[in-house]
Amino acid sequence: MSEKVVIGLEVHCQLTSLKTKLFCSCPSNYRGREPNTLVCPTCLGLPGSLPVLNQKALEYGLMVALALNCKIPKRTMFFRKNYFYPDMAKNFQISMFDRAGGAPLGYDGYVTLAVGGTQKLVRIRRVHLEEDPGRLVYPGTIDTAPYTLVDYNRHGVALVEVVTEPDFESPKEARAFLQKLRSILEHLGVFDGGLEGAMRCDANISIAGGARVEVKNIGSFKDVERALTFEIMRQKQLLAKKVAVVRETRHWDGERRITVSLRTKEEEYDYRYFPEPDLVPVEITEEMLDQIKARLPELPDARQKRFVSQYGLPGYDAMVLTSDKALADFFEKAVAAYGKPKVVSNWLMSDVLRCLNEYNLEIWESKLTPEHLVEMLKLIDEGVISGKIAKNILWDMVSSGKSPKQIVEERGLTRIADEEYLRKLVDEVFKENPKAVEDALSDEKAIHFLVGQLMKKTRGRADPQLANKIIREKLASK
Amino acid sequence: MRVLVLGEERSRIKLIDEETVRHVAWLARLEVLDDEVEGFVEQFNRILDYFRKLDEAETEDVEPTFHVLNLVNVFREDEPFPPISPQEALKNAPKSERGFFKAPKMV
Ligand SMILES: [Zn+2]
Repeated sequence: MSEKVVIGLEVHCQLTSLKTKLFCSCPSNYRGREPNTLVCPTCLGLPGSLPVLNQKALEYGLMVALALNCKIPKRTMFFRKNYFYPDMAKNFQISMFDRAGGAPLGYDGYVTLAVGGTQKLVRIRRVHLEEDPGRLVYPGTIDTAPYTLVDYNRHGVALVEVVTEPDFESPKEARAFLQKLRSILEHLGVFDGGLEGAMRCDANISIAGGARVEVKNIGSFKDVERALTFEIMRQKQLLAKKVAVVRETRHWDGERRITVSLRTKEEEYDYRYFPEPDLVPVEITEEMLDQIKARLPELPDARQKRFVSQYGLPGYDAMVLTSDKALADFFEKAVAAYGKPKVVSNWLMSDVLRCLNEYNLEIWESKLTPEHLVEMLKLIDEGVISGKIAKNILWDMVSSGKSPKQIVEERGLTRIADEEYLRKLVDEVFKENPKAVEDALSDEKAIHFLVGQLMKKTRGRADPQLANKIIREKLASK
Repeated sequence: MRVLVLGEERSRIKLIDEETVRHVAWLARLEVLDDEVEGFVEQFNRILDYFRKLDEAETEDVEPTFHVLNLVNVFREDEPFPPISPQEALKNAPKSERGFFKAPKMV
């Protein structure tokens, strides 16, 4: 298990905040649309059509490059990346290239990543813009389909490609990076990672002593950890058996959760890039960059620092909360309504995240709102419910979206502070546990046991202080 | 693919061989018959000879030209324009099915 693992990522993110495609004015919100209803002569590659660059896409791309601390070239242009595959109507993809007079939008950047208590620097090799390919549909399964169906609605949607240096040493780090990248893009307001297929990635993996293997088609940041873990295990098993790991491209099959060899010809990488003659070069002026820099919003690293200074949160809490924009927004809304940042943070970091994890939901997918969380915290403060009951109803709040008040009423969970009623219950507890009562006269632990029995009888609803008081009084009078 | 390396010695070597012609044909998805290959080898090399001639020109202080137009930064606003109808989109397609373009099996 000690062989050094080296992983690099190539991430494609759709600029989902754009209204139109990268080079034509077709609407880019293709999800849930009938096939080939968001196409025009340009994105269909019909003769005589001309691409024109979406200015906002360029701005967004530059924002991403700047947010990833990249250097920006003074001039760049687009290239044709030639390959024959039906997901591209033109038989080429308009992309960027770092040779022959081209340059990516950004290069030599970095992102800091918290890894095991220390800060790790992940180097960004390049950031560039390119078109998303169309969607291929295989009647039946990919292996048995007699033909391929093609929907070009997605074809031409703006993608920003982010390529890292091979700086990750574990699948966990790779996943943490994707999470951070998503948070950065969401803070920039250019991207909604909650949309299916908005972030996809390819990974390069090698283990000391083996060749570099590329894994394609990783559909989400949840999948990246699984795909990489599988691939590392596969390579380690080969190396253990002294079988050579060959340099190849493999496909991640998310359903079967394995990687399979693509057996593609080496020649496929012969893309014959050349400058796209239908688009003119792009000059990135200082003025342009200054304007974009001035509009850059607060990014996760800065927000994390602010959470520490403004709310007095521990660094770790601030890091976890800002690793997800929706979670950070949730926290700030709740604190604005309730105050007590540490209390809100504790609830989010422990019970809320545990509950979301259990339901496999992200905070924005769940029905929990900051308003309801605050209402719940107030019910605790007012003594209406105990913390234990709050933990219990939180699950219901997350899954049903009901307000805590409603849940407490429906399930009769308000705290019992009726002294007479509790005294009656304590009598019952004493009768049922004579041994514990005897022990309790000399042993503090037995008192806790009796209190626990009372709590059990009331399903956690007895006012704990009152319960303690009554039990001690009754013991004293024995 | 081979890269054109220039120099005295290199310039006398035929850069394109039969294998390269077949490879280029494969990349372009063109069928080249066996008895045509030799002719293409000849023609490809002649084209490269012509580029060698261009290489003789003195370009030391000349900025490379990557684009013929003297224009930069032509943009459009991010404003949607109605797409064409799917019927129109599929009009030229040799085969279609349920609104999709129909393409050959790829794998
Ligand atoms: Zn279009």
